[in-house]
Amino acid sequence: MGYPHKPHPKETVVLSKHFGEADARTHKGWVKRGGYESLAQALTMEPARVIDIVKESGLRGRGGAGFPTGLKWSFMPKEKKKPHYLCVNADESEPGTFKDREIMRWTPHALLEGAAIAAHAIQAEVVYIYIRGEFTEPWAVMEKALAEATAAGVFGVIKLYLHRGAGAYICGEETALMNSIEGKRGNPRIKPPFPAAAGVFGMPTTINNVETLAAVPLILKKGAAWYKGLSLSSPKSTGTKLFSVCGHVQKPGNYEVTMGFPLKDLLYDLCGGMPPGRTLKACIPGGSSVPILNREETEGCLLDYEGVVEKGSMLGSGGVIVFDDSTDMVYQIMRLARFYAHESCAQCTQCREGTAWTTKILERILSGQGKTADLDLLLDLADNMTGKTICVLSDSCAAPVVSGIKKFKKEFEDYIAGRRKPVMVA
Amino acid sequence: MSVSAHPTPQPGTEEYHPVFVGKTLEQLGEILTRYPTKQAALLPALWLVQEARGWISDRNMAEVAEVLGLTPAYVKGVVTFYTMYHQHPVGKHFVQVCTTSPCNVCGAEAVVKALLDATGAKELGATSPDGKWTVIEVECLGACGFATPVLVDDDFVESVSAEKVPDLVKRYK
Repeated sequence: MGYPHKPHPKETVVLSKHFGEADARTHKGWVKRGGYESLAQALTMEPARVIDIVKESGLRGRGGAGFPTGLKWSFMPKEKKKPHYLCVNADESEPGTFKDREIMRWTPHALLEGAAIAAHAIQAEVVYIYIRGEFTEPWAVMEKALAEATAAGVFGVIKLYLHRGAGAYICGEETALMNSIEGKRGNPRIKPPFPAAAGVFGMPTTINNVETLAAVPLILKKGAAWYKGLSLSSPKSTGTKLFSVCGHVQKPGNYEVTMGFPLKDLLYDLCGGMPPGRTLKACIPGGSSVPILNREETEGCLLDYEGVVEKGSMLGSGGVIVFDDSTDMVYQIMRLARFYAHESCAQCTQCREGTAWTTKILERILSGQGKTADLDLLLDLADNMTGKTICVLSDSCAAPVVSGIKKFKKEFEDYIAGRRKPVMVA
Repeated sequence: MSVSAHPTPQPGTEEYHPVFVGKTLEQLGEILTRYPTKQAALLPALWLVQEARGWISDRNMAEVAEVLGLTPAYVKGVVTFYTMYHQHPVGKHFVQVCTTSPCNVCGAEAVVKALLDATGAKELGATSPDGKWTVIEVECLGACGFATPVLVDDDFVESVSAEKVPDLVKRYK
Protein backbone atom coordinates (compact mmCIF):
# COMPACT_ATOMS: atom_id res chain seq x y z
CA MET A 1 0.00 0.00 0.00
CA GLY A 2 0.99 3.59 -0.19
CA TYR A 3 3.68 4.66 -2.62
CA PRO A 4 4.54 3.89 -5.23
CA HIS A 5 0.94 3.57 -6.33
CA LYS A 6 -0.42 4.29 -9.77
CA PRO A 7 -1.84 7.83 -9.66
CA HIS A 8 -5.62 8.01 -9.45
CA PRO A 9 -7.21 9.87 -12.40
CA LYS A 10 -8.39 12.56 -9.99
CA GLU A 11 -4.84 13.25 -8.81
CA THR A 12 -2.80 16.08 -10.31
CA VAL A 13 0.72 14.75 -10.26
CA VAL A 14 3.23 17.55 -10.24
CA LEU A 15 5.51 16.99 -7.24
CA SER A 16 4.85 13.27 -7.20
CA LYS A 17 5.23 12.75 -10.95
CA HIS A 18 8.50 10.83 -10.53
CA PHE A 19 7.70 9.02 -7.29
CA GLY A 20 8.58 5.37 -7.64
CA GLU A 21 11.18 5.92 -10.40
CA ALA A 22 14.51 4.88 -8.93
CA ASP A 23 16.38 6.53 -11.77
CA ALA A 24 14.98 9.97 -10.84
CA ARG A 25 17.06 9.82 -7.65
CA THR A 26 20.31 10.10 -9.62
CA HIS A 27 21.70 13.37 -10.88
CA LYS A 28 21.82 12.01 -14.40
CA GLY A 29 18.24 10.78 -14.19
CA TRP A 30 17.04 14.09 -12.80
CA VAL A 31 18.78 16.08 -15.55
CA LYS A 32 17.18 13.75 -18.11
CA ARG A 33 13.81 14.80 -16.66
CA GLY A 34 14.62 18.47 -17.12
CA GLY A 35 16.05 18.88 -13.64
CA TYR A 36 18.41 21.70 -12.70
CA GLU A 37 17.31 23.79 -15.70
CA SER A 38 15.33 26.07 -13.40
CA LEU A 39 18.30 26.51 -11.09
CA ALA A 40 20.62 27.39 -13.98
CA GLN A 41 18.05 29.92 -15.14
CA ALA A 42 17.54 31.33 -11.63
CA LEU A 43 21.25 31.85 -11.09
CA THR A 44 21.26 34.24 -14.06
CA MET A 45 18.33 36.22 -12.65
CA GLU A 46 18.21 39.04 -10.12
CA PRO A 47 17.23 37.59 -6.73
CA ALA A 48 14.32 40.06 -6.50
CA ARG A 49 12.91 38.75 -9.77
CA VAL A 50 12.90 35.17 -8.45
CA ILE A 51 11.06 36.35 -5.34
CA ASP A 52 8.49 38.17 -7.49
CA ILE A 53 7.72 35.04 -9.52
CA VAL A 54 7.21 32.97 -6.37
CA LYS A 55 5.03 35.74 -4.92
CA GLU A 56 2.91 35.79 -8.07
CA SER A 57 2.47 32.02 -7.99
CA GLY A 58 0.67 32.25 -4.64
CA LEU A 59 2.81 29.43 -3.19
CA ARG A 60 2.27 29.13 0.55
CA GLY A 61 4.32 27.28 3.13
CA ARG A 62 3.49 23.58 3.20
CA GLY A 63 4.87 22.91 6.67
CA GLY A 64 1.66 23.89 8.41
CA ALA A 65 1.38 27.65 8.81
CA GLY A 66 0.62 28.42 5.15
CA PHE A 67 2.61 31.64 5.12
CA PRO A 68 3.15 33.08 1.60
CA THR A 69 6.61 31.88 0.53
CA GLY A 70 7.63 34.78 -1.69
CA LEU A 71 6.64 37.25 1.01
CA LYS A 72 8.73 35.34 3.56
CA TRP A 73 11.75 35.51 1.25
CA SER A 74 11.22 39.25 0.75
CA PHE A 75 11.68 39.86 4.50
CA MET A 76 15.38 39.09 4.16
CA PRO A 77 17.64 42.19 4.08
CA LYS A 78 18.05 43.43 0.50
CA GLU A 79 21.50 44.72 1.20
CA LYS A 80 23.68 41.92 2.45
CA LYS A 81 25.74 43.03 5.42
CA LYS A 82 26.04 39.70 7.21
CA PRO A 83 26.01 36.07 6.07
CA HIS A 84 22.52 34.88 5.07
CA TYR A 85 21.31 31.35 5.71
CA LEU A 86 18.59 29.07 4.41
CA CYS A 87 17.33 26.28 6.65
CA VAL A 88 15.29 23.47 5.18
CA ASN A 89 12.83 21.94 7.59
CA ALA A 90 12.92 18.21 6.94
CA ASP A 91 12.13 17.36 10.55
CA GLU A 92 8.76 15.95 9.54
CA SER A 93 7.31 14.61 12.80
CA GLU A 94 3.70 15.77 12.89
CA PRO A 95 1.54 12.69 13.49
CA GLY A 96 -0.32 11.92 10.28
CA THR A 97 2.23 13.56 8.00
CA PHE A 98 4.68 11.65 5.80
CA LYS A 99 4.92 13.63 2.57
CA ASP A 100 8.40 15.15 2.97
CA ARG A 101 9.76 11.67 3.53
CA GLU A 102 8.43 10.62 0.13
CA ILE A 103 9.83 13.72 -1.58
CA MET A 104 13.28 13.03 -0.13
CA ARG A 105 13.11 9.32 -0.91
CA TRP A 106 12.03 9.67 -4.54
CA THR A 107 12.90 13.14 -5.77
CA PRO A 108 15.81 14.37 -3.63
CA HIS A 109 17.02 16.59 -6.44
CA ALA A 110 13.72 18.47 -6.56
CA LEU A 111 14.37 19.53 -2.98
CA LEU A 112 18.05 20.31 -3.59
CA GLU A 113 17.22 22.35 -6.68
CA GLY A 114 14.43 24.25 -4.92
CA ALA A 115 16.68 24.92 -1.95
CA ALA A 116 19.46 26.28 -4.14
CA ILE A 117 16.98 28.54 -5.98
CA ALA A 118 15.66 29.82 -2.65
CA ALA A 119 19.22 30.39 -1.41
CA HIS A 120 19.93 32.47 -4.51
CA ALA A 121 16.71 34.46 -4.00
CA ILE A 122 17.56 35.34 -0.40
CA GLN A 123 21.29 35.70 -1.11
CA ALA A 124 22.30 32.88 1.17
CA GLU A 125 25.50 30.99 0.56
CA VAL A 126 24.89 28.23 3.05
CA VAL A 127 21.89 25.90 3.27
CA TYR A 128 21.32 23.52 6.17
CA ILE A 129 18.89 20.70 5.50
CA TYR A 130 17.69 19.51 8.91
CA ILE A 131 16.50 15.90 8.59
CA ARG A 132 14.96 14.12 11.56
CA GLY A 133 17.21 11.46 13.03
CA GLU A 134 14.80 8.59 12.45
CA PHE A 135 14.70 9.17 8.67
CA THR A 136 17.61 6.86 7.91
CA GLU A 137 16.52 6.01 4.38
CA PRO A 138 15.70 9.57 3.23
CA TRP A 139 19.04 10.64 4.74
CA ALA A 140 20.97 8.08 2.67
CA VAL A 141 19.13 9.10 -0.52
CA MET A 142 19.67 12.79 0.14
CA GLU A 143 23.35 12.29 0.97
CA LYS A 144 23.98 10.50 -2.31
CA ALA A 145 22.00 13.03 -4.34
CA LEU A 146 23.79 15.94 -2.70
CA ALA A 147 27.20 14.41 -3.38
CA GLU A 148 26.33 13.80 -7.04
CA ALA A 149 24.88 17.24 -7.65
CA THR A 150 27.74 18.96 -5.83
CA ALA A 151 30.29 17.00 -7.89
CA ALA A 152 28.44 18.12 -11.03
CA GLY A 153 28.89 21.72 -9.91
CA VAL A 154 25.24 22.72 -10.25
CA PHE A 155 25.06 24.83 -7.09
CA GLY A 156 27.64 27.50 -7.99
CA VAL A 157 28.84 29.22 -4.82
CA ILE A 158 25.96 27.87 -2.72
CA LYS A 159 26.94 25.22 -0.19
CA LEU A 160 24.38 22.71 1.06
CA TYR A 161 24.81 20.54 4.14
CA LEU A 162 22.67 17.87 5.76
CA HIS A 163 22.20 18.13 9.52
CA ARG A 164 20.80 15.15 11.41
CA GLY A 165 18.29 15.64 14.21
CA ALA A 166 18.27 13.30 17.18
CA GLY A 167 14.66 12.68 18.14
CA ALA A 168 12.72 15.79 19.11
CA TYR A 169 9.39 16.77 17.53
CA ILE A 170 9.85 20.32 18.75
CA CYS A 171 12.84 20.79 16.43
CA GLY A 172 10.31 21.17 13.62
CA GLU A 173 9.47 24.54 15.19
CA GLU A 174 11.60 26.99 13.23
CA THR A 175 13.57 28.62 16.03
CA ALA A 176 14.02 25.33 17.90
CA LEU A 177 15.43 23.91 14.67
CA MET A 178 17.91 26.78 14.51
CA ASN A 179 18.98 26.20 18.12
CA SER A 180 19.43 22.54 17.31
CA ILE A 181 21.70 23.35 14.35
CA GLU A 182 23.72 25.58 16.69
CA GLY A 183 24.34 22.59 18.96
CA LYS A 184 21.82 23.54 21.61
CA ARG A 185 18.77 21.97 23.22
CA GLY A 186 15.82 22.38 20.85
CA ASN A 187 14.04 25.09 22.78
CA PRO A 188 11.95 27.51 20.70
CA ARG A 189 12.97 31.16 20.93
CA ILE A 190 10.79 34.12 21.77
CA LYS A 191 9.89 36.12 18.65
CA PRO A 192 10.72 38.83 17.73
CA PRO A 193 13.41 38.89 16.57
CA PHE A 194 12.10 36.89 13.62
CA PRO A 195 14.50 34.65 11.67
CA ALA A 196 14.84 37.10 8.77
CA ALA A 197 16.45 39.53 11.25
CA ALA A 198 18.25 37.10 13.54
CA GLY A 199 17.97 33.40 12.80
CA VAL A 200 20.56 30.66 12.88
CA PHE A 201 23.86 31.90 14.38
CA GLY A 202 22.11 35.23 14.89
CA MET A 203 22.19 35.93 11.15
CA PRO A 204 19.35 36.67 8.70
CA THR A 205 17.74 33.32 7.97
CA THR A 206 14.83 31.92 6.00
CA ILE A 207 13.35 28.57 6.82
CA ASN A 208 11.16 26.59 4.43
CA ASN A 209 9.48 23.21 4.40
CA VAL A 210 10.60 20.44 2.03
CA GLU A 211 7.37 20.37 0.00
CA THR A 212 7.40 24.16 -0.41
CA LEU A 213 10.90 24.14 -1.86
CA ALA A 214 10.28 21.11 -4.06
CA ALA A 215 7.54 23.10 -5.85
CA VAL A 216 9.82 26.04 -6.65
CA PRO A 217 11.75 24.63 -9.67
CA LEU A 218 8.46 23.86 -11.46
CA ILE A 219 7.06 27.30 -10.73
CA LEU A 220 10.12 28.85 -12.33
CA LYS A 221 9.97 26.53 -15.30
CA LYS A 222 6.24 26.66 -16.04
CA GLY A 223 5.47 30.10 -14.72
CA ALA A 224 3.53 31.64 -11.86
CA ALA A 225 0.29 31.70 -13.86
CA TRP A 226 0.45 27.95 -14.46
CA TYR A 227 0.81 27.25 -10.75
CA LYS A 228 -1.96 29.65 -9.82
CA GLY A 229 -4.22 28.08 -12.41
CA LEU A 230 -4.02 24.69 -10.71
CA SER A 231 -6.32 25.83 -7.92
CA LEU A 232 -9.88 24.56 -7.89
CA SER A 233 -11.17 27.06 -5.41
CA SER A 234 -9.93 30.05 -3.59
CA PRO A 235 -7.47 32.39 -5.25
CA LYS A 236 -5.66 32.42 -1.90
CA SER A 237 -4.78 28.72 -2.07
CA THR A 238 -2.90 27.83 -5.24
CA GLY A 239 -1.11 24.88 -6.74
CA THR A 240 -1.09 21.25 -5.76
CA LYS A 241 -0.60 19.72 -2.34
CA LEU A 242 0.49 16.31 -1.16
CA PHE A 243 -1.97 14.86 1.32
CA SER A 244 -0.77 12.04 3.50
CA VAL A 245 -3.72 9.85 4.39
CA CYS A 246 -3.46 7.33 7.21
CA GLY A 247 -5.52 5.49 9.77
CA HIS A 248 -8.72 3.69 8.78
CA VAL A 249 -8.70 3.85 5.00
CA GLN A 250 -8.24 0.99 2.57
CA LYS A 251 -5.41 2.63 0.63
CA PRO A 252 -3.36 4.90 2.86
CA GLY A 253 -0.54 6.88 1.24
CA ASN A 254 0.36 10.20 -0.32
CA TYR A 255 -2.02 11.71 -2.83
CA GLU A 256 -1.38 14.88 -4.78
CA VAL A 257 -4.41 16.97 -5.62
CA THR A 258 -5.07 20.58 -6.47
CA MET A 259 -6.00 22.97 -3.72
CA GLY A 260 -9.74 23.00 -3.17
CA PHE A 261 -10.16 19.26 -3.75
CA PRO A 262 -13.05 17.74 -1.77
CA LEU A 263 -11.87 15.81 1.30
CA LYS A 264 -14.74 13.38 0.75
CA ASP A 265 -13.39 12.42 -2.70
CA LEU A 266 -9.90 12.02 -1.29
CA LEU A 267 -11.12 9.57 1.33
CA TYR A 268 -13.72 7.60 -0.64
CA ASP A 269 -12.40 7.68 -4.22
CA LEU A 270 -8.64 7.93 -3.96
CA CYS A 271 -8.16 6.05 -0.69
CA GLY A 272 -10.92 3.51 -1.28
CA GLY A 273 -12.97 4.50 1.76
CA MET A 274 -13.09 2.80 5.13
CA PRO A 275 -12.45 -0.90 5.67
CA PRO A 276 -15.46 -3.08 4.66
CA GLY A 277 -18.47 -2.70 6.93
CA ARG A 278 -17.14 0.38 8.68
CA THR A 279 -18.20 4.01 8.46
CA LEU A 280 -16.38 7.28 8.95
CA LYS A 281 -16.48 8.69 12.45
CA ALA A 282 -13.93 11.49 12.54
CA CYS A 283 -11.00 12.97 10.68
CA ILE A 284 -8.05 15.17 11.56
CA PRO A 285 -7.35 16.98 8.29
CA GLY A 286 -3.99 18.69 8.85
CA GLY A 287 -1.77 16.73 11.16
CA SER A 288 -2.50 15.99 14.83
CA SER A 289 -2.18 19.64 15.89
CA VAL A 290 -5.46 20.77 14.35
CA PRO A 291 -9.03 20.35 15.60
CA ILE A 292 -10.87 17.10 14.87
CA LEU A 293 -13.72 17.14 12.34
CA ASN A 294 -16.79 14.95 12.70
CA ARG A 295 -18.22 12.97 9.81
CA GLU A 296 -20.51 15.69 8.52
CA GLU A 297 -17.79 18.36 8.61
CA THR A 298 -15.32 16.01 6.93
CA GLU A 299 -17.65 15.12 4.09
CA GLY A 300 -18.38 18.78 3.35
CA CYS A 301 -14.81 19.99 3.59
CA LEU A 302 -12.77 21.44 0.73
CA LEU A 303 -9.02 20.99 1.00
CA ASP A 304 -7.56 24.46 0.87
CA TYR A 305 -6.41 26.84 3.56
CA GLU A 306 -9.76 28.64 3.74
CA GLY A 307 -12.02 25.64 3.19
CA VAL A 308 -10.71 23.71 6.18
CA VAL A 309 -10.88 26.80 8.42
CA GLU A 310 -14.51 27.19 7.40
CA LYS A 311 -15.22 23.74 8.89
CA GLY A 312 -13.47 24.65 12.11
CA SER A 313 -10.06 23.13 11.58
CA MET A 314 -6.87 23.88 9.65
CA LEU A 315 -5.10 22.54 6.57
CA GLY A 316 -1.84 22.36 8.52
CA SER A 317 0.68 20.01 6.97
CA GLY A 318 -1.91 18.00 5.03
CA GLY A 319 -1.65 14.94 7.23
CA VAL A 320 -5.12 13.39 7.13
CA ILE A 321 -5.84 10.97 9.99
CA VAL A 322 -9.01 8.94 9.50
CA PHE A 323 -10.98 7.28 12.30
CA ASP A 324 -13.81 4.86 11.56
CA ASP A 325 -16.73 3.91 13.79
CA SER A 326 -14.66 1.32 15.66
CA THR A 327 -12.44 4.04 17.13
CA ASP A 328 -12.38 4.83 20.83
CA MET A 329 -12.07 8.61 20.51
CA VAL A 330 -11.23 9.09 24.19
CA TYR A 331 -8.32 6.67 23.94
CA GLN A 332 -6.98 8.22 20.74
CA ILE A 333 -7.25 11.74 22.13
CA MET A 334 -5.35 10.55 25.21
CA ARG A 335 -2.74 9.06 22.88
CA LEU A 336 -2.36 12.42 21.11
CA ALA A 337 -2.10 14.26 24.44
CA ARG A 338 0.58 11.79 25.51
CA PHE A 339 2.47 12.59 22.32
CA TYR A 340 2.53 16.29 23.18
CA ALA A 341 3.42 15.62 26.82
CA HIS A 342 6.36 13.53 25.61
CA GLU A 343 7.47 16.14 23.10
CA SER A 344 7.09 19.30 25.20
CA CYS A 345 10.47 21.01 25.53
CA ALA A 346 9.36 21.98 29.06
CA GLN A 347 10.36 25.64 28.85
CA CYS A 348 6.89 27.08 29.45
CA THR A 349 4.90 26.05 32.52
CA GLN A 350 1.55 26.00 30.70
CA CYS A 351 2.90 23.45 28.25
CA ARG A 352 5.13 21.37 30.54
CA GLU A 353 2.42 20.98 33.18
CA GLY A 354 -0.62 21.32 30.93
CA THR A 355 0.26 18.55 28.49
CA ALA A 356 1.13 16.19 31.38
CA TRP A 357 -2.03 17.00 33.37
CA THR A 358 -4.21 16.65 30.29
CA THR A 359 -2.76 13.20 29.66
CA LYS A 360 -3.20 12.13 33.29
CA ILE A 361 -6.82 13.27 33.43
CA LEU A 362 -7.61 11.44 30.19
CA GLU A 363 -5.90 8.31 31.51
CA ARG A 364 -7.97 8.65 34.69
CA ILE A 365 -11.17 8.80 32.64
CA LEU A 366 -10.10 5.76 30.60
CA SER A 367 -9.39 3.81 33.78
CA GLY A 368 -12.92 4.37 35.04
CA GLN A 369 -11.87 6.84 37.74
CA GLY A 370 -13.05 9.97 35.92
CA LYS A 371 -15.24 12.56 37.61
CA THR A 372 -18.04 14.60 36.09
CA ALA A 373 -16.01 17.76 36.65
CA ASP A 374 -13.08 16.38 34.62
CA LEU A 375 -14.43 17.55 31.30
CA ASP A 376 -14.68 21.14 32.49
CA LEU A 377 -11.26 20.77 34.04
CA LEU A 378 -9.82 19.63 30.70
CA LEU A 379 -11.42 22.57 28.91
CA ASP A 380 -10.15 25.00 31.54
CA LEU A 381 -6.65 23.56 31.21
CA ALA A 382 -6.87 23.79 27.43
CA ASP A 383 -7.82 27.44 27.73
CA ASN A 384 -4.71 28.08 29.80
CA MET A 385 -2.60 26.22 27.25
CA THR A 386 -3.76 28.23 24.25
CA GLY A 387 -1.96 31.37 23.11
CA LYS A 388 0.10 31.67 26.26
CA THR A 389 3.42 30.04 25.43
CA ILE A 390 6.55 30.68 23.37
CA CYS A 391 5.54 28.27 20.61
CA VAL A 392 2.30 26.52 19.69
CA LEU A 393 3.03 23.01 20.98
CA SER A 394 0.69 23.40 23.92
CA ASP A 395 -2.01 24.92 21.69
CA SER A 396 -1.60 21.84 19.51
CA CYS A 397 -2.28 19.57 22.47
CA ALA A 398 -5.38 21.57 23.38
CA ALA A 399 -6.85 21.46 19.85
CA PRO A 400 -7.79 17.76 19.70
CA VAL A 401 -8.91 17.79 23.34
CA VAL A 402 -11.29 20.73 22.99
CA SER A 403 -12.70 19.62 19.63
CA GLY A 404 -12.88 16.03 20.84
CA ILE A 405 -14.90 16.89 23.95
CA LYS A 406 -17.17 19.14 21.93
CA LYS A 407 -17.89 16.60 19.20
CA PHE A 408 -17.65 13.27 21.01
CA LYS A 409 -18.78 14.23 24.50
CA LYS A 410 -20.91 11.16 24.97
CA GLU A 411 -17.90 8.86 24.69
CA PHE A 412 -16.21 10.71 27.54
CA GLU A 413 -19.40 10.69 29.60
CA ASP A 414 -19.84 6.94 29.07
CA TYR A 415 -16.47 6.27 30.68
CA ILE A 416 -17.17 8.67 33.53
CA ALA A 417 -20.65 7.26 34.23
CA GLY A 418 -19.36 3.68 34.13
CA ARG A 419 -21.40 2.80 31.04
CA ARG A 420 -18.23 1.83 29.28
CA LYS A 421 -15.68 -0.70 30.49
CA PRO A 422 -12.37 0.89 31.51
CA VAL A 423 -9.54 0.21 29.04
CA MET A 424 -6.68 1.36 31.23
CA VAL A 425 -5.53 0.40 34.70
CA ALA A 426 -5.60 3.18 37.27
CA MET B 1 9.40 2.67 31.06
CA SER B 2 11.99 0.92 33.21
CA VAL B 3 15.61 1.93 32.94
CA SER B 4 16.75 0.07 36.03
CA ALA B 5 17.71 -2.98 33.98
CA HIS B 6 20.76 -1.22 32.56
CA PRO B 7 24.05 -1.95 34.26
CA THR B 8 26.15 1.21 34.37
CA PRO B 9 29.91 0.61 34.33
CA GLN B 10 31.68 2.01 37.38
CA PRO B 11 33.33 5.30 36.48
CA GLY B 12 37.07 5.51 36.73
CA THR B 13 37.66 1.77 37.00
CA GLU B 14 38.72 1.24 33.42
CA GLU B 15 41.11 2.91 31.04
CA TYR B 16 39.43 5.40 28.70
CA HIS B 17 39.95 5.09 24.99
CA PRO B 18 39.17 8.36 23.23
CA VAL B 19 36.65 8.29 20.37
CA PHE B 20 38.14 11.18 18.43
CA VAL B 21 41.29 9.67 17.01
CA GLY B 22 42.23 8.62 13.48
CA LYS B 23 39.35 8.49 11.02
CA THR B 24 36.72 9.72 13.48
CA LEU B 25 38.85 12.76 14.27
CA GLU B 26 39.15 13.43 10.55
CA GLN B 27 35.37 13.15 10.15
CA LEU B 28 34.88 15.66 12.95
CA GLY B 29 37.39 17.98 11.31
CA GLU B 30 35.35 17.89 8.09
CA ILE B 31 32.11 18.50 10.01
CA LEU B 32 33.62 21.57 11.70
CA THR B 33 34.15 23.21 8.30
CA ARG B 34 30.37 23.31 7.77
CA TYR B 35 29.54 25.67 10.61
CA PRO B 36 30.74 29.07 11.81
CA THR B 37 30.97 27.82 15.42
CA LYS B 38 32.51 24.74 17.03
CA GLN B 39 29.42 24.25 19.17
CA ALA B 40 27.30 23.59 16.07
CA ALA B 41 29.22 20.35 15.54
CA LEU B 42 27.84 18.99 18.82
CA LEU B 43 24.92 16.94 17.45
CA PRO B 44 27.04 15.42 14.65
CA ALA B 45 29.86 14.73 17.14
CA LEU B 46 27.47 12.91 19.45
CA TRP B 47 26.28 10.80 16.52
CA LEU B 48 29.90 9.85 15.82
CA VAL B 49 30.31 8.76 19.44
CA GLN B 50 27.13 6.69 19.36
CA GLU B 51 28.16 5.05 16.08
CA ALA B 52 31.54 4.14 17.52
CA ARG B 53 30.50 3.05 21.01
CA GLY B 54 26.80 2.18 20.77
CA TRP B 55 25.92 4.65 23.51
CA ILE B 56 27.22 7.87 25.07
CA SER B 57 28.79 7.64 28.51
CA ASP B 58 29.57 10.53 30.85
CA ARG B 59 33.24 10.06 30.00
CA ASN B 60 32.39 10.31 26.27
CA MET B 61 30.48 13.51 26.98
CA ALA B 62 33.53 14.92 28.73
CA GLU B 63 35.65 14.09 25.71
CA VAL B 64 33.18 15.75 23.33
CA ALA B 65 33.14 18.80 25.60
CA GLU B 66 36.91 19.02 25.53
CA VAL B 67 37.13 18.63 21.76
CA LEU B 68 34.49 21.31 21.10
CA GLY B 69 35.43 23.73 23.86
CA LEU B 70 32.23 23.19 25.87
CA THR B 71 31.60 22.07 29.44
CA PRO B 72 30.63 18.46 30.23
CA ALA B 73 27.48 19.77 31.94
CA TYR B 74 26.45 21.61 28.79
CA VAL B 75 27.00 18.52 26.66
CA LYS B 76 24.96 16.41 29.07
CA GLY B 77 22.17 18.98 28.92
CA VAL B 78 22.03 18.51 25.15
CA VAL B 79 22.35 14.71 25.23
CA THR B 80 19.45 14.41 27.67
CA PHE B 81 17.23 16.64 25.52
CA TYR B 82 17.35 14.40 22.44
CA THR B 83 15.72 10.99 22.76
CA MET B 84 17.86 9.19 20.17
CA TYR B 85 21.10 9.45 22.13
CA HIS B 86 21.53 6.43 24.39
CA GLN B 87 22.71 7.28 27.87
CA HIS B 88 23.21 3.65 28.78
CA PRO B 89 24.18 0.50 26.87
CA VAL B 90 21.42 -1.03 24.77
CA GLY B 91 20.98 -4.39 23.09
CA LYS B 92 22.83 -5.30 19.90
CA HIS B 93 19.64 -4.46 18.02
CA PHE B 94 17.71 -1.40 19.08
CA VAL B 95 14.06 -1.47 18.06
CA GLN B 96 11.80 1.59 17.96
CA VAL B 97 8.07 1.09 17.39
CA CYS B 98 5.69 3.95 16.64
CA THR B 99 2.56 3.87 18.78
CA THR B 100 1.14 7.35 18.15
CA SER B 101 -2.55 7.60 17.12
CA PRO B 102 -2.40 6.85 13.38
CA CYS B 103 -0.37 3.68 14.02
CA ASN B 104 -2.24 3.00 17.24
CA VAL B 105 -5.55 2.62 15.41
CA CYS B 106 -3.82 0.23 12.99
CA GLY B 107 -2.64 -2.15 15.70
CA ALA B 108 0.71 -0.75 16.87
CA GLU B 109 0.25 -1.88 20.46
CA ALA B 110 -0.10 -5.49 19.28
CA VAL B 111 3.14 -5.06 17.33
CA VAL B 112 4.92 -3.89 20.49
CA LYS B 113 3.63 -6.87 22.43
CA ALA B 114 4.68 -9.27 19.68
CA LEU B 115 8.15 -7.71 19.58
CA LEU B 116 8.61 -7.94 23.34
CA ASP B 117 7.69 -11.64 23.15
CA ALA B 118 9.65 -12.57 20.02
CA THR B 119 12.85 -10.84 21.13
CA GLY B 120 12.73 -11.94 24.73
CA ALA B 121 13.14 -8.33 25.86
CA LYS B 122 9.84 -8.75 27.76
CA GLU B 123 9.75 -5.20 29.11
CA LEU B 124 9.88 -1.88 27.28
CA GLY B 125 13.34 -0.31 27.51
CA ALA B 126 14.93 -3.41 29.00
CA THR B 127 17.48 -5.55 27.19
CA SER B 128 16.88 -9.23 26.48
CA PRO B 129 18.95 -11.66 28.61
CA ASP B 130 21.11 -12.59 25.59
CA GLY B 131 21.98 -8.90 25.16
CA LYS B 132 20.61 -8.88 21.64
CA TRP B 133 17.47 -6.80 21.85
CA THR B 134 16.11 -3.61 23.33
CA VAL B 135 12.58 -2.55 22.32
CA ILE B 136 11.08 0.87 22.97
CA GLU B 137 7.87 2.66 22.05
CA VAL B 138 8.42 5.95 20.27
CA GLU B 139 6.23 8.80 19.15
CA CYS B 140 5.46 9.35 15.46
CA LEU B 141 8.13 8.01 13.09
CA GLY B 142 6.70 10.00 10.17
CA ALA B 143 5.49 7.03 8.13
CA CYS B 144 1.85 6.90 9.25
CA GLY B 145 0.60 5.60 5.89
CA PHE B 146 2.82 2.56 6.36
CA ALA B 147 1.54 1.58 9.79
CA THR B 148 3.18 0.24 11.80
CA PRO B 149 6.71 1.45 11.05
CA VAL B 150 9.49 -0.15 13.08
CA LEU B 151 13.07 1.08 13.15
CA VAL B 152 15.50 -1.78 13.75
CA ASP B 153 18.87 -0.11 14.23
CA ASP B 154 19.08 1.96 11.01
CA ASP B 155 16.66 -0.22 9.03
CA PHE B 156 13.30 1.45 8.59
CA VAL B 157 10.75 -1.35 8.21
CA GLU B 158 7.28 -0.37 6.96
CA SER B 159 3.84 -1.92 7.43
CA VAL B 160 4.72 -4.29 10.28
CA SER B 161 1.83 -6.21 11.80
CA ALA B 162 1.93 -8.46 14.87
CA GLU B 163 1.83 -11.50 12.55
CA LYS B 164 4.93 -10.34 10.67
CA VAL B 165 7.00 -9.81 13.82
CA PRO B 166 8.47 -13.35 14.24
CA ASP B 167 9.85 -13.30 10.69
CA LEU B 168 11.23 -9.81 11.18
CA VAL B 169 13.05 -10.83 14.34
CA LYS B 170 14.43 -13.96 12.65
CA ARG B 171 16.11 -11.79 10.02
CA TYR B 172 18.39 -10.34 12.66
CA LYS B 173 19.42 -13.57 14.32
